[in-house]
Amino acid sequence: MKEFSNKYIFIFSAVMVIAVATLLSLAATLLQPRQQKNLEIEKKKSMLESIGIPSIHETTEVLYDKYIKESFVLNSKGEIVDGIDAFKIVLNIEQKKPLEQQYLPVFNATPDDGEKIIILPVEGKGLWGPIYGYVSLKSDMNTIYGVTFDHKGETPGLGAEINTTPFESMFNGKKLYEADKFVSIGVLKGGSKSGDPHNVDAISGGTITSKGLEKMLLDCIVKYNDYLLKNRN
Amino acid sequence: MSNQEKEPMFSAKNLKLFTAPLGRDNPITVQVLGICSALAVTVKLKPAIVMALSVTIVVAVSNVVIAAMRKYIPDRIRIIVQLVVIATMVILVDQFLKAYAFDVSKQLSVFVGLIITNCILMGRLEAFAMANKPWPSFIDGLGNGAGYGIILIIVAFFRELLGSGTIYGYPVMQKIGIYSTGYENNGMMILPPMALIAVGLIIWFQRSRNRSLIEKK
Repeated sequence: MKEFSNKYIFIFSAVMVIAVATLLSLAATLLQPRQQKNLEIEKKKSMLESIGIPSIHETTEVLYDKYIKESFVLNSKGEIVDGIDAFKIVLNIEQKKPLEQQYLPVFNATPDDGEKIIILPVEGKGLWGPIYGYVSLKSDMNTIYGVTFDHKGETPGLGAEINTTPFESMFNGKKLYEADKFVSIGVLKGGSKSGDPHNVDAISGGTITSKGLEKMLLDCIVKYNDYLLKNRN
Repeated sequence: MSNQEKEPMFSAKNLKLFTAPLGRDNPITVQVLGICSALAVTVKLKPAIVMALSVTIVVAVSNVVIAAMRKYIPDRIRIIVQLVVIATMVILVDQFLKAYAFDVSKQLSVFVGLIITNCILMGRLEAFAMANKPWPSFIDGLGNGAGYGIILIIVAFFRELLGSGTIYGYPVMQKIGIYSTGYENNGMMILPPMALIAVGLIIWFQRSRNRSLIEKK
């Protein structure tokens, strides 16, 4: 192996680092608009999934415009705040604010069965990173119409199972309220009894993700309590 | 002309670079590298296949890059240079996937980080690409990626089948109606220790077939 002088080594590493930095920042800047667009489509796709409408990347935007026509923002007292685009609200930024200043997005949807549905975004912590999703409620503001969850980096095959249909479909028809009391949905280790309206089965081997999901549902949806009680029919 | 051009692209020597890591020089069962990620991604077949493909691509391309630069890389900082090449590759791949193949990138999610830390990559760059020309290095990369992938897929196949009763998400056990006979999925299979035991069984099998792998006392 040839011997290299210190000077060569310094120059070599400097050139290498600059070249790599340029390459990476170029790639990041050039690809950013497309990546942003993808994230936006992904968000719309998740919302559609929560009301049981599957879409592929290309059809998402058309379907979104067809089914989800209205959105608005609430404050923590359940009053509508004007002039803010619900779609642009980033939930984990809102969650860092004090509760009184938080904006709570609500999306209205009407699928083909004519049901008037509201979609609420949720976000929380799993084992390795954030987990998030959408919960859609029927017009009684109590029964779950559908849910969709996703995650940043839960363990494949274990916690990552939260974004699969077998897990998500357990939530359909579950109820958030016991009379007027908000009880949320529990994710039970060892399984829920059949016919239990407030609990679903946890994922074996994904205990912390399951617990995080349960906490996410409770923490996020309870903020809508006033609005949900006021508007039930 | 120099004799390097007389060597055909797919000479016996080059082919051996590809086939050796599949069997008697396997990165997982013989060199025992990359075990950590083998535990993490073998619960289901699908992530195992995605991971196998990603590692194969990254190790082959990094091998080529390092082999092409090998005469200019100062010995004293070679590990850093190798790391920079792998990390750059992985980030670039990730960025492109996010922009042009969003669904694939979502599946990869956590694996991207795992690729960088995979010992097989550093091992191949250090042991092979630093001393060989780009083309053999490329084949060596493909071979090692495939050798790694094959074990991953075998382990994932059994873990998914016995642990969740499915193959690539298809509910095989349910379709053949075995549950009505009292059969139950083995929850142990989806926990990480079973991956180690499965890899151990493969090593046992391989050594019983190929005695030359057994260390002399």
